[in-house]
Amino acid sequence: MEDLNVVIAGAAGEGVQTVGETLARTISAQGYAVFAWQEYESRIRGGQNSYSIRIGEHTQNAPLMRADVLLALNQGVVKKYQPLLKEGGTLIAQKQLEKRMIAIPFADIAEEEFKNKIYANTIAVGVAAGVIGIDLDALKQVLAHTFKEKGATVVESNLSAAELGYRRATQECRDLCPWKLPEREGRYYLISGTEAISLAAAFAGCRFIAAYPMTPSTGIITFFAGHEDRLGVCAEQAEDEIAAVNMALGASYAGARAMTATSGGGFALMVEGVSLAGMTETPLVIVLAQRPGPATGLPTRTGQGELLFAIHAGHGEFPKLVLAPSDPYDAFHKIVKAFNLADKYQMPVIVLTDHFLADSQFSVSDFDLGLLRPDIQLADPQKIDEYKRYLLTDNGISPRLYPGQSKHLVGVDSDEHDEQGHITEDLGKTVKAMVEKRLAKIEGLREEISPPEEISVDDADTVLVGWGSSRGALLEVMRLLKQEGTKVGMLHFTELWPLPEFSFPKGKTYITVESNATGQLARLLRSEYGVSFKGTISRYDGLPLTSMYIRSRFDDYHG
Amino acid sequence: MTTMDDYRNNVEIQWCPGCPNFGILQAFKKALVELKKAPHEVCMVSGIGQAAKLPHYLKCNFFNGLHGRTLPVALGVHVANPQLTTIVVTGDGDCYGEGGNHFLHTLRRNPDITVVVHNNEIYALTKGQASPTTPRGEKRALQLRGVEVAPLNPLAIAIHHGCGFVARGFAGDVEHLKGLLVEAISYRGLSYVDVIQPCITWGTHPVSWYQERVYKLGEAHDPGSREAALEKCMEQGDKIPTGVIYKGPSREVFAEKFTNAAGKRPLPELQPPGQHEILEFLSGFQAAEGS
Repeated sequence: MEDLNVVIAGAAGEGVQTVGETLARTISAQGYAVFAWQEYESRIRGGQNSYSIRIGEHTQNAPLMRADVLLALNQGVVKKYQPLLKEGGTLIAQKQLEKRMIAIPFADIAEEEFKNKIYANTIAVGVAAGVIGIDLDALKQVLAHTFKEKGATVVESNLSAAELGYRRATQECRDLCPWKLPEREGRYYLISGTEAISLAAAFAGCRFIAAYPMTPSTGIITFFAGHEDRLGVCAEQAEDEIAAVNMALGASYAGARAMTATSGGGFALMVEGVSLAGMTETPLVIVLAQRPGPATGLPTRTGQGELLFAIHAGHGEFPKLVLAPSDPYDAFHKIVKAFNLADKYQMPVIVLTDHFLADSQFSVSDFDLGLLRPDIQLADPQKIDEYKRYLLTDNGISPRLYPGQSKHLVGVDSDEHDEQGHITEDLGKTVKAMVEKRLAKIEGLREEISPPEEISVDDADTVLVGWGSSRGALLEVMRLLKQEGTKVGMLHFTELWPLPEFSFPKGKTYITVESNATGQLARLLRSEYGVSFKGTISRYDGLPLTSMYIRSRFDDYHG
Repeated sequence: MTTMDDYRNNVEIQWCPGCPNFGILQAFKKALVELKKAPHEVCMVSGIGQAAKLPHYLKCNFFNGLHGRTLPVALGVHVANPQLTTIVVTGDGDCYGEGGNHFLHTLRRNPDITVVVHNNEIYALTKGQASPTTPRGEKRALQLRGVEVAPLNPLAIAIHHGCGFVARGFAGDVEHLKGLLVEAISYRGLSYVDVIQPCITWGTHPVSWYQERVYKLGEAHDPGSREAALEKCMEQGDKIPTGVIYKGPSREVFAEKFTNAAGKRPLPELQPPGQHEILEFLSGFQAAEGS
């Protein structure tokens, strides 16, 4: 089957997300690969928001813009979202706005049948399920699960509301519902970047998170707070991001794996803490969930504008690692890697995500946990005679103990220090040795970095070069271009600092694809590898990169 | 048995000769010995300034972090290892200026740590600018007309925001200060000691000026009364009260429910959830399973 795209649109507070998630979960439970993403305004009520569900038989974790079905929860959103509807697509709304559409007054029915407008959304879900031909019982199962904690009466009412909507839809369908989604064998985790990151952090042994709420990073600390009993991660809402990063460093110094999460503006406040982690050689994982800037920018939209900021964050010179996972599967693995390498090299690790990765629901068939494990690198106090926190070693890594672990004393300092952690001004000898010791760690670190993912590069004339969460869109545009006969390849970077050993094959046209206005990846790769780019396909309007967007700009640089 | 020798180290002290900070250092050592704390059981957290150097001058675990950021670091240390005796050593610039926001929120959180502020009413390490506690009218390196804004009253702020142990010490009276530190460290919950520490290099008044003005709170003062304590905080100028100004009942300390659940063990000793548990958790994302 060709992928089906269902868009639910409405105002904030109207239930766009609830309707969307219920439908997405139902379709996923029926064995389809679902990809769901949302775009919304930075407000709690009103505005115009949408939740899009892409349905297919194979995993395609990338957004489609054109809709087969548009479910409008109010009339106001029709004008904005109807242009997305494909020719032959079906509009569902509460009023008859045109001849060829399905009009079902969810709110009136809710009022009539249940004396409560709250059931309008469940009726709408039932209608949508009927239109796309999904099994009613599957929907009922999901609803029963969703409302379980609200008691049997609420469950019953929701089940009959869904059934009502479903029946009405099938009566009204005529030739407007050509779709049928019978149960399939497929089995997927339907999971967001935020959820995968949080679970991976707990798996990696994270014990403490401090953060200040900032979209789109807030979901991580919220997840830990909600599952404290099960995951055992202490979550503290800090008074500001400066406190958050320092709390995490305190916990980490005291031996607990710790993290923080923020977005661009909050990260700006944390930067002195990044430097502190570098100087004190304290492991730290920071998730930097990007949204468009500068300043407050677009709080609820997506972008990739902090690449160079993250890489350069922190005064002074010290090793750090910057990772940018592409999807929840990759994010799970990268978070474990982040904690393990932060521990091994005793340094800050920044994990760059964005609103699109954090909030979208991706289909993952298997997380392949395999050999993945928390690799704790603390030293054994029994084997140490005289402990020196900053013992000079060839690879720059000193044995790390935590205070109270044994009788050995652990002293760390933000001033330049000697091997014991005491302030020093011994410039020629100690200071020089300490600078060199810290930087020596980069050599080992570089060997841990994976090269970019290469697809069809050898045969390609033109190579699209991307990073982070745009992988799904890039894979899809590659397929489109190949169908057209274009010799195109793809390079995708998810480990960005230090950059891996890699050489760009000669004689090809390189184009970066980025969600920022200035081509930050191009600038970085040009300076590090000396490769030149014909141009950058940029998107900086706050919406995610899609295959159609990339395709429509490809010809500007190709040929 | 712990002795003064256990706390001695051979690090060169960078303070000005004769600085009252030496008195505070001495009081700390004596207090820790009296409390029978071994150096490895103690973790000192400091920021930047002359006070912040103190943890280098006695043997213990220490985290000498950034200017103003002592309290969040100490909070992290305390959560990760509630068995450690965590002591913050900070100054008036570090704690009330750069770290003022952290001071307010630490009072609210009530972690079981001790905060000792060397209050010299001046920025000494940057050569004599005003601090948040410099009295109005006193001249400083940048405040040439005299300080024109009102000073903070950090003790009153602390009492107002629920700090259960608030005391003022004087660096010129080591024995008395030692007693305050012993009581503060023994208190369960946040304990806070502001120490008058005259700056002999840049300050307005010599140590003797303070010596003439400080007095010890006696039987007449009831430290259990918030009202009486707040009144004492307002006493400034010619008579400066020292001693325990407020001591209330212990209340729930920060993250107590969490650390209790962990058996008060250091977090690094706990086993993280294993692959099996994570896979089970993940199965909840395989839609509608088991519903």
